[in-house]
Amino acid sequence: MGFSEADLQAIGLTLRLASLVTVVLLILGTPIAWWLARTRSRWKGPVGAVVALPLVLPPTVLGLYLLLLLGPNGPVGQFTQWLGLGLLPFTFWGLVVASVFYSLPFVVQPIQNAIEALGKRPLEVAATLRAGPWDRFFTVVVPLAKPGFFTAAILGFAHTVGEFGVVLMIGGNIPGATRVVSVQIYDHVEAMEYGQAHWLAATMVVFSFLVLLVLYSLNPNQRRF
Amino acid sequence: MRCISPLLAITVSLTSVAQAEEVSVAVAANFTGPMQEIAAAFAEDTEHEAKAAFGSSGKFYAQIKNGAPFEVFLSADAAKPARLAEDGFTVPGSNFTYALGSLVLWSADAERIPAGEGAAVLQAGEFRKLAIANPKTAPYGAAAVATLQALDVEDAIKPKLVQGENIAQTYQFVSTGNAELGFVALSQVIQDGEIGSGSGWRVPAELHEPIRQDAVVLTQGKDNPAAQALMEYLHGERARNIIRAYGYNLPE
Repeated sequence: MGFSEADLQAIGLTLRLASLVTVVLLILGTPIAWWLARTRSRWKGPVGAVVALPLVLPPTVLGLYLLLLLGPNGPVGQFTQWLGLGLLPFTFWGLVVASVFYSLPFVVQPIQNAIEALGKRPLEVAATLRAGPWDRFFTVVVPLAKPGFFTAAILGFAHTVGEFGVVLMIGGNIPGATRVVSVQIYDHVEAMEYGQAHWLAATMVVFSFLVLLVLYSLNPNQRRF
Repeated sequence: MRCISPLLAITVSLTSVAQAEEVSVAVAANFTGPMQEIAAAFAEDTEHEAKAAFGSSGKFYAQIKNGAPFEVFLSADAAKPARLAEDGFTVPGSNFTYALGSLVLWSADAERIPAGEGAAVLQAGEFRKLAIANPKTAPYGAAAVATLQALDVEDAIKPKLVQGENIAQTYQFVSTGNAELGFVALSQVIQDGEIGSGSGWRVPAELHEPIRQDAVVLTQGKDNPAAQALMEYLHGERARNIIRAYGYNLPE
């Protein structure tokens, strides 16, 4: 026995979803992390708490509210319909949106920690050498905080691959669009196809172990997660 | 005499505890409502107590095979109890059909399905999404697919199908309006013998194989009088009335 065609389709879909979500999260999470690391605003606490919410909320809570918000009677659903985009639940892009929320803290927090660890000094020195803000970011912050970005990307990717509850709540189990590996494993178990479930599940264990191994071997100082 | 009476009280209470046993039951999610009422009636009529856990039959099957301490299993289908019997996890010959499920095409919108015109709504196909339970794992999902086949609309509707992992999640997709229509269990939407909210069409029984829900005594419950009592109680008039009130049919 090996992977069925449906299993392979689920694996491909999962990798596509996780890659896309990682890219979106790096683009979206970096300014948030930057702001959280630098600001003295009284909003730092509340914003940081909102970003961290998915760490503690059960996926069912997030899934339920996404289903209500993105649905035809929810504000976001009415907005996407007004834009002509239709409704997000039961679509690949719906999963992207959900996963971005769900994996946000795993990307923001390592970057924020790395930027905080830099301190102000390298940036002030760069500024006295006439580096503009963008220049300072790309030639000073990014290289110095590289381990943080690396950790963020790997955790964001791995956490999206490991997502289950939220996908189950808003996915609708559509082959090629929303049936990711974790859902496929669940289906195999429910259908009493334990052999096929083992193949996929063991692959997930090996994959997750390798990801964390890479993370901890290449990046020994970032073990906080 | 004064010292004896507390002792006597303890002895009396101990005896009554010994008679009233407890039975641990795994119950398919679609039978949650009726089981809660049956458990209350069972406690009243027999003094035994039925402790129910509700969930998907597929998960219970896996748990029972791996030593979960359930004594009676009320499955959503006939296949899983039969398979547990083959594998030697049940008391031989204890299977019986406790309810026949009824399927309903349902919408949260009261205008969506005009009375008696469910088949026409499906054939017209003017909707974005139709929710069904996963046909591979949920008997109500398999019955939904059989109904679409019988009405000759399966191919036309296939791109609009979304699947809930079980019948409870399918109901959730429809009740939140994310799917305009869905095939759910009548037991989920029935209120006083009518479809309580939204609009619906009771799927005629001849469009799909009957949804037989079987109960079985598991090996752990072999020597528990409460397990036997519960199985007998499910055959009784009071339990049967509760089951019927939730829109299930009963085998002859």
